[in-house]
Amino acid sequence: MTAPTAPAAATREAYPVALSELVEQGIDVVALDADLSASTMGYQFGEKYPERWHSVGIAEANMVGIGAGYAATGKTAFIASFASFLPGRCFDQIRTSVAQPKGGLNVNCVASHGGVTVGEDGASAQAIEDLALMTSLIPFDVIVPADFESARQAIIAVGKTTRPSYVRTGRPKVAAIYDRSFRFEIGRANVLRPGSDVTLIACGILVGIALDAAAQLAADGISARVIDMATIKPIDRDAVLAAARETGAIVTAEEHQTHGGLGTQVARVLAETLPTPVAFVGVDRYGTSGKWDELLGYFELTPAACQLLRKT
Amino acid sequence: MPTTLAPVSVAELKDVAKRLRAHIVEMVYQAQSGHPGGSLSAVELGVSLFWNHLRCDPADPGWPDRDRFILSKGHATPFYYSLLAERGYFSTELLAKFRTLGSPLQGHPSMSAAPGIEMSSGSLGQGLSFAIGHALSGRLDRRDFRCWVMMGDGELNEGQVWEAAMAVPHFDLGDRIIAMVDRNGIQNDGFGDNIMKIHPPEMWRGFGWHVIECDGHDMAAVDQALSEAERPHEKPRVVVAYTVKGKGVSYMENNPSFHGKAPTKDQLAQALEEIAGGLK
Repeated sequence: MTAPTAPAAATREAYPVALSELVEQGIDVVALDADLSASTMGYQFGEKYPERWHSVGIAEANMVGIGAGYAATGKTAFIASFASFLPGRCFDQIRTSVAQPKGGLNVNCVASHGGVTVGEDGASAQAIEDLALMTSLIPFDVIVPADFESARQAIIAVGKTTRPSYVRTGRPKVAAIYDRSFRFEIGRANVLRPGSDVTLIACGILVGIALDAAAQLAADGISARVIDMATIKPIDRDAVLAAARETGAIVTAEEHQTHGGLGTQVARVLAETLPTPVAFVGVDRYGTSGKWDELLGYFELTPAACQLLRKT
Repeated sequence: MPTTLAPVSVAELKDVAKRLRAHIVEMVYQAQSGHPGGSLSAVELGVSLFWNHLRCDPADPGWPDRDRFILSKGHATPFYYSLLAERGYFSTELLAKFRTLGSPLQGHPSMSAAPGIEMSSGSLGQGLSFAIGHALSGRLDRRDFRCWVMMGDGELNEGQVWEAAMAVPHFDLGDRIIAMVDRNGIQNDGFGDNIMKIHPPEMWRGFGWHVIECDGHDMAAVDQALSEAERPHEKPRVVVAYTVKGKGVSYMENNPSFHGKAPTKDQLAQALEEIAGGLK
């Protein structure tokens, strides 16, 4: 991987860029927002393609149903809100109107402000359950990109399948990990750093933190592999099993509860095939206000936390 | 050429309604489960719609320009499947498979599992939103179809109905969506007035709709109400049909316990007799 030169950007900024690219490539995209388009960035798509975008007001359940109806006519529907409300406010609508019909309608949920790094808004706005909910829906792909480029490509990728999907984006600007030579594939993990003693498997904003942790471990003579597991579901089993075989210990790291997210998916693969020690870095309590980087410390989503398991 | 069957006479529609009612009680008896009450109350609305108003082609259920019938009150599957079968979407013999293992005719509708099933429903309150998506898509693609959405009155307890109700006039979809409310006054736990008192006409008017009220079991009145709903109006139209839960079977009429209960063998015989003879 060449060193990226792109400036720091929020993953949510990729949303309107990707939607516009999809339309330019001939995909019949329609997009909906629920009065948070200035935050999801959906409004930028609406300005460019007003006939393909609607605000439905503060009504997430209705937004899901409208998206499902659009998809039933053959459109590639996108719906956007905060990850605390989409799926939190409309999970049953997603299950009944999107996940169950015909093996899943083509509705793609792009939920911004995922995890605790939404920041000062506090606990009600900090989504730490969304991955558990969305990975429970059978036809859904669930993706948590780590940077702008990965998010841009992930949103384009889900827009080109007919399956429903959930893509979680974030509020803060984060350093670029990938450049445009990167090729994102749904369900394919990306080894960002080789290692033989332990593997850090992360998604979203924790990928950069895991890379920092690996650098610190290297200084202690510990060789840590770092995997960007952007796709939580379907998870890249081969990458997980190779990491277990070759490094013997796994740390998962995510901006989510340790229940039901990336760690759970990884642990299941290992438990079924190759039982391996796993440590889970995640969130285990409701939050508080604070700056997004302060909150990472408060919840111990830090390079130090990612070092808690060392192969002896 | 796909089309409505209109004009079908009121006498013929009444004959179809009798056949539907017989299917409904037989299906629920056979399955020993299901929802007869809210199926029997919806019969006239459905028959008038499918024979005289809905532009559809049972031989081509995916026809992109078809009018959509969206059953939001998804538990009324005995009604829905009978309607689709009698209109020619599939054989009436399939009705015997209702609620059986692996059948396309699940207890609540599963989209496209059988021809004509437009939406998966059963979790209440979602049909009007789904129709908005169809209607916006139709407008974007310059297709000239209409969505008819049937809701129950108990279903109006669900907040999502009102999210959608405010969106239909906002998006100016009155010529593309017509709502129908089966106002039978009974929901799962009993009489609606005791569970959550609502005033459908005032509520819909408050959300910017033109309300058309009718006796939901007077076939001529229903047919007229649906025709009125089709006529252009500055507001979207909702037909509030006053109905009787369990209509046509004496012991089911206005009896909350037959919201979701099957008749016994003797009760089935009585029901079929009353349906054939016409209950007074």
